[in-house]
Amino acid sequence: MTDVHIIGAGIHPFGRHDEMSGLDQGVFAVRQALADAGLAWEDIQFAFGGSAAAGNADAALPRLGLTGVQFINIANGCATGGSALLSGYWAVKSGEFDIGVVLGFDKHPRGAFNADPEASGLPRWYGQVGMMLTTQFFANKITRYMDLHGITPRSLGLVAEKAYQNGALAPHAWRRTPVDFETIMSSQMLSDPLTKFMFCSPAEGGAALILASDRKMRELGLKGPKIRGAAVRTRGEGSFEVFAPSLNITRGPSPTQTASKAAYEMAQLEPKDVDVAQLQDTESGAEIMHMAENGFCADGEQEQWLAEGATKLGGRLPVNTDGGCLACGEPIGASGLRQVYENVQQLRGRAEDRQVEAARIGYSQVYGAPGLSGVVILEA
Amino acid sequence: MGETPIAEGLFEVVDGAPRLIGGRRKRDGITVFPMPAGPEGRLYDPVRLSAEGTLWSFTVQRFRPKSPPYAGADDEASFRPFAIGYVELPGEVIVESRLEVDDFAALRVGLPMRLALAPFALAGGETVTSYVFRPAA
Repeated sequence: MTDVHIIGAGIHPFGRHDEMSGLDQGVFAVRQALADAGLAWEDIQFAFGGSAAAGNADAALPRLGLTGVQFINIANGCATGGSALLSGYWAVKSGEFDIGVVLGFDKHPRGAFNADPEASGLPRWYGQVGMMLTTQFFANKITRYMDLHGITPRSLGLVAEKAYQNGALAPHAWRRTPVDFETIMSSQMLSDPLTKFMFCSPAEGGAALILASDRKMRELGLKGPKIRGAAVRTRGEGSFEVFAPSLNITRGPSPTQTASKAAYEMAQLEPKDVDVAQLQDTESGAEIMHMAENGFCADGEQEQWLAEGATKLGGRLPVNTDGGCLACGEPIGASGLRQVYENVQQLRGRAEDRQVEAARIGYSQVYGAPGLSGVVILEA
Repeated sequence: MGETPIAEGLFEVVDGAPRLIGGRRKRDGITVFPMPAGPEGRLYDPVRLSAEGTLWSFTVQRFRPKSPPYAGADDEASFRPFAIGYVELPGEVIVESRLEVDDFAALRVGLPMRLALAPFALAGGETVTSYVFRPAA
């Protein structure tokens, strides 16, 4: 079976764009990815794409060209972008196709995501009494983690401080002004222990990647990072997920832990091999927990890592070099592909002021509702 | 206190004390809360859950949740933050609940908690009965 490479990458800056639809931003990203590779839409043999709140991705076709290309819409919660990438990976890996595009875009209303008990298979009372909020889930998860593993609120603040520092260096980020530690810690408490600046916001944006077989890439005279591992995993019986009126008394691994393990095995790599990582940071605590869930440190070691600046640019393992969800916001359909886009920039040495020196292995992990995680490992 | 429960089959009063009703899955004995309704419910046996447990995790809801689905009678001005969390019922299941405490700062993982019933005022004007956990001490 062939290796699969990412030979082109495009992104529409994340943030708020009143004059553009989600679809506009997705089309923008695809055109940029095509231009990046010097290709035309007519060269594309397949596409997988998705958005959570901005319509069907294949609505991009009349704009990109009605070439009759195989286009499959992807809807997989917060891993929609990651699932599009995984589908494209298989399409090329299997030998069925040589070259295709994966895209994701979104445009969410301001404020917290809407929650519908019925759509999640939950009774009405659960929402009525005020328990159906994603923010509560993240706060509950990090509260317990902090108690078990000795993580302090200071570490939550350091994660957010780093995010806004990195976002200031990334042209595609939404929040491009550093926010100082004191402001983060003293901003409005939303759900203890998490303050306003420790949470990401729903946003808008689009991202697209062009995948090609090894042979096709050489034929076109192009280069690009190789996908070494890719996996999506859903929640197990004992994992703690959003909107859970009860939890199994017997605790088990998270979908991030299982997806991570699968991706490392596929890549035949270990956490210590990774040079740069993009980890789901819906809020500061998520990045901290995901550092351990993805195998980069033991539970509790994050406290020291963050105090030492180990995950900052220039640190032992730079994490969320474009500011992650905290600085970019979270347009669900595009978010996982934004992470991979950032790793592609890093591995091609195009990350400018946020470049991780000699980055060779890039790791990304997207996680979210209803309890699934997608991991991609790239090699320069 | 309103006499109408917020939902049928959520809790019952046994010998003057409230108990949550969970479901034990026939296939593997795993306990869930609430007891599943509809066809799925046939795969479970209803089970009265322990009224006492320990606090597993917690947070404080500092802003008024979006309506819908939140249906409290309060508005942005009259909203008061409330605590919510998970209570581990030993050997059974970990349940999510609103928590009633005098001081949010008293909340800590491992705190002994006891089930209680409490009125919940709905936006429509009706007051129904829901469940909460309070510190046991």
